Amino acid sequence: MKQVYLDNQSNTKLDKKVFDAMIPFFTDYYGNPQSIYSLGAASKDVLDLARIQVANFINADAKEIIFTSCATESNNLIIKGIAESLKNKGKHIIVSVIEHFSILNPLKRLQKEGFEITYLSVDSKGNVNADELKNSLRKDTILVSIQHSNTEVGTIQDIKKLVDIVKSVKVNDFIVFHTDAVSSCGCLPIDVKDLNVDALTFSSSVMYGPKGAAALYVKRGVRLVPQIEGGVQENSQRSGTENIPAIVGFGKACEIAKSEQSVNTQKIKELRDKLINELPKKIEYIYLNGALENRSPCNVNFSIEFVEGEALFLLLDAKGIMAASGSACANKNLKLSHVLTAMNVDVAIGQGSIVFTLSKYNTQEDIDYVLEEFPKIVSKLREMSPLYSYFLQTGKRKEAGPGTDFEHAHDHCHISED
Amino acid sequence: MAFYSGKVMDHFANPRNVGQIENADGIGEVGNPVCGDMMTFYIKVKDNKIDDVKFKTFGCGAAIAVSSMVSEMAKGKTIEEVMNMTNEDVAKELGGLPPNKMHCSNLGADALHKAIENYKSKQGK
Ligand code: FES
Repeated sequence: MKQVYLDNQSNTKLDKKVFDAMIPFFTDYYGNPQSIYSLGAASKDVLDLARIQVANFINADAKEIIFTSCATESNNLIIKGIAESLKNKGKHIIVSVIEHFSILNPLKRLQKEGFEITYLSVDSKGNVNADELKNSLRKDTILVSIQHSNTEVGTIQDIKKLVDIVKSVKVNDFIVFHTDAVSSCGCLPIDVKDLNVDALTFSSSVMYGPKGAAALYVKRGVRLVPQIEGGVQENSQRSGTENIPAIVGFGKACEIAKSEQSVNTQKIKELRDKLINELPKKIEYIYLNGALENRSPCNVNFSIEFVEGEALFLLLDAKGIMAASGSACANKNLKLSHVLTAMNVDVAIGQGSIVFTLSKYNTQEDIDYVLEEFPKIVSKLREMSPLYSYFLQTGKRKEAGPGTDFEHAHDHCHISED
Repeated sequence: MAFYSGKVMDHFANPRNVGQIENADGIGEVGNPVCGDMMTFYIKVKDNKIDDVKFKTFGCGAAIAVSSMVSEMAKGKTIEEVMNMTNEDVAKELGGLPPNKMHCSNLGADALHKAIENYKSKQGK
């Protein structure tokens, strides 16, 4: 059966060139880079090289890169590391409400420890409001963390402008601006000098590199308290034996991204636009979630009315198409995704959300296949949907959900079409 | 291991008895208080037995599989037998459900029981 992988924000396929670069470091060069005999030195050399490759990709200095095991660790390190380092200067942190859980959950704990967190709202397209950020800044604000683009709905924040605001308001001289750029680095050029951020998270596993390596960029001069303590690795900022094969792969992935990203991004964007433009021609009552202009080139997120997202992606999977959904039923906690909720997407409509995220390995044929199969799946599910038959019979939308009763109907939904 | 059992996937991908019955003897509808999904059951009753049953479901894979299984289990059974059918019976018949999906199995039997109550009230019993 044909396989079409469209969940690339979850994980990308490993580039063969990356894999080839990694192999010798499993088999032949297994020395610990902290050892000074020749096998150790060989590992040390590639560790240094990878650090340069990774730094180059975001236009940073190699000294400003801390290697970690995954983006979650990078995000934990910046949140907890800054909180601990600046807690005597202030205990106020600002984030957007649609951050990844590796930002939000560490903050929950800090909140219990006496930190105050401001959660910036987003509009119906997922944009953070610059004025709200400006008004939230305080003398005791130590950290602002706003993601570069959102994994689920693809909205790209204007980080440069937001940093500008924070730096020009100058509430204090220690405030740190961090951006989680995990969802962007696979398909967008990222330049920390241009963005003017103090810290940035990105990860190998969504940019055609292996799992097990990620980075936290920390601008020179910004001090954070290490969260994993032990030996002198990563300048004692993150102890633990370096995962050399994964770091070598990450370095290679960054080098490849630097050279071929612009071509790939153009191609991916064309495929994305084909899906965004063609699906609404084939399926009625379908709404794009997220921004249109400032949207990640790899993200497609639609809500399909009258059907539920988990059922959608299971039937897609049966056709070899792998996607994701933000619906309540697809979430382990049985709640509509926090991103769609924050964007004020109608619960019944959010139930039909389906997320396709593209990579450089996707082809026109892949997209044609989705355009062929997906509408059939939607029809099949609509045929068994009581909400759809009610709508066909009465022209009204029945409210699904708690306390539902047969007579209750509403005629509109909050979501707007782009 | 796959998230759902083979039996669940079979009933989900090829649901039996999907549809609506014109002039049904009883209709039962329930909304899922947990995640906001919905199930409607239609029944025809003959000689105190479920002669025909159809359903429509808006919900996850488990909810659709449960509807399908419930409809199969109910067909040909007496009203009393069906009223004694529990959510656990349905989940068991499906080879089990993931823990966070057990609540979906509540919908099936509930919707069917509601359809029977609707039938009874129409009979004036
Ligand atoms: S119907 Fe929502 S989880 Fe099953």
